[in-house]
Amino acid sequence: MIHVDNLTKYYDDFCAVDQISLDVERGEIVGLLGPNGAGKTTTLRMLTGYFTPSAGDIRVKDVSVYDDPLAVKKVIGYLPESAPLYKGMLVYDYLSHLADIHGLSKSAKEKRLGELADMCSLRGIMHQTIETLSKGLKQRVGLAHAMMSDPEILVLDEPTSGLDPNQIVEIREIIRTIGKEKTVILSTHILSEAEATCDRIVIIHNGKIIADGSTQDIKANTSQADTIRIELMGAEADAVKEKLMAVSGVASVDIADSDEPETVRADVHCQSMGDPRIDLYETIKATDWVLTNFHRESKTLETIFRELTREN
Amino acid sequence: MRQALLIFKREFKDYFISPIAYIVIAVFLLMTGWLFFSTFFIADQADLRRFFSLLPFLLALVVPIITMRLFSEELNVGSYEILLTMPVTFGDIIVGKFLAGVAFVGAILLPTISYAVFISFLGELDWGVVLGSYIGALLLGAAYVAVGLFASSLTRNQIIACIVGMVICAVLAIIDKMLFFFPQSILETVAYLSAAVHFENIAKGIIDTRDILYFLSMTFIGLYATHLVMQEKK
Repeated sequence: MIHVDNLTKYYDDFCAVDQISLDVERGEIVGLLGPNGAGKTTTLRMLTGYFTPSAGDIRVKDVSVYDDPLAVKKVIGYLPESAPLYKGMLVYDYLSHLADIHGLSKSAKEKRLGELADMCSLRGIMHQTIETLSKGLKQRVGLAHAMMSDPEILVLDEPTSGLDPNQIVEIREIIRTIGKEKTVILSTHILSEAEATCDRIVIIHNGKIIADGSTQDIKANTSQADTIRIELMGAEADAVKEKLMAVSGVASVDIADSDEPETVRADVHCQSMGDPRIDLYETIKATDWVLTNFHRESKTLETIFRELTREN
Repeated sequence: MRQALLIFKREFKDYFISPIAYIVIAVFLLMTGWLFFSTFFIADQADLRRFFSLLPFLLALVVPIITMRLFSEELNVGSYEILLTMPVTFGDIIVGKFLAGVAFVGAILLPTISYAVFISFLGELDWGVVLGSYIGALLLGAAYVAVGLFASSLTRNQIIACIVGMVICAVLAIIDKMLFFFPQSILETVAYLSAAVHFENIAKGIIDTRDILYFLSMTFIGLYATHLVMQEKK
């Protein structure tokens, strides 16, 4: 559906996007993930024809953005970050203007506006000016904007940034619904966001792709081993360290003071192979320490993300 | 072309959403009315010559106020991104915005027809000359709008866009009165650049292709420069 080949963008001397190659299949929901300034927005802007690439090619449905930018724009619905819509217009006027631009006939326009009003729950705000809308409502109008022409590909730049938790859930549900039939590419720097909505995650850092795959793939492919947090009451720090280090499968132990009184906290870093939890428990059971906390910090996307994007 | 007309429609409507349009119209009418009629009865002639001779300079001040928001506001708000990712070409956008500006110049000139009607009661008014002058005024306005559009495409700050536009338009309007600054050799070329001189011919009722060509080429240069700026921004 979308074929990105060695895409590069320079802003003067600064390389914002560095030879990105990416293939997106029909019906995928892809999350572009990365810290601020990683090149997500720049990539999306090139994809939607707002920027011209410095080098490389983008082909959408086998049409290059160089050959026929207008045809590419027609298949892509785009919502820029924070939905910069025309402020002074009524929601209805705005969407109606957009429908005209997309060349919808009068009857098709009425039908499409009705569908979008239902899908994005806009019925109540059609006759409000856009500048009076809250951020969440504006974002919903933005989604309607992006979907006006019923495009096959939907590109959303940070669709949930700046929204409150309820609005985020609403927008996420709309995206999920759309994603059943359409190809969706969205960018975000919130990991739970990507995990919740996307089939596939592409992590970008400093303009390069550093990971690409489903959340499971990415979790499986990183080297980071598990950490087990243990809190023990009535124990001596040195003794704890000594005993736990002796357990097989333990790579290192960090001792720290716990928030609770008379409690020692130990972060046990495991070796990448094996699961020492049973041995750890047996070791602790043999002492007269009181175990108050035993918790495996699973490899969340957060830790993986931090590991992948850490500056060297 | 259809897309350009749609953009024109939106832009033109947008003028009347904000009160700026009405303020500009009111101020323009106040200024022309006062400047024109304060000497009208002294001159004791039933024509609009002195009204039209005000226009090159007055429009140079008014048109950039009309055009300053056309691109700058979009760049500032970010809707420029939305505009550019719609299925429209640069040409559609520029022509649409340009036409909206010209139509608005038409809208501020429209009430001044009442001057002509009023004068026709006082004496014998040559309507042919008046009609020619209005066409000339629109051509002049179009050239200024193109310049203002270019100024607006340069910056996201409307004030800067306005001032840049005013400076360029005002130079075109008064350059014929500053010819003594220029060396003999380029005098004619500089004189040709004067919008006031070309407009004066039309306002007299003389339709000369050279004058029309001047306004059309100024318009084209302004629009083409805007196109280049948009290209550069990508």
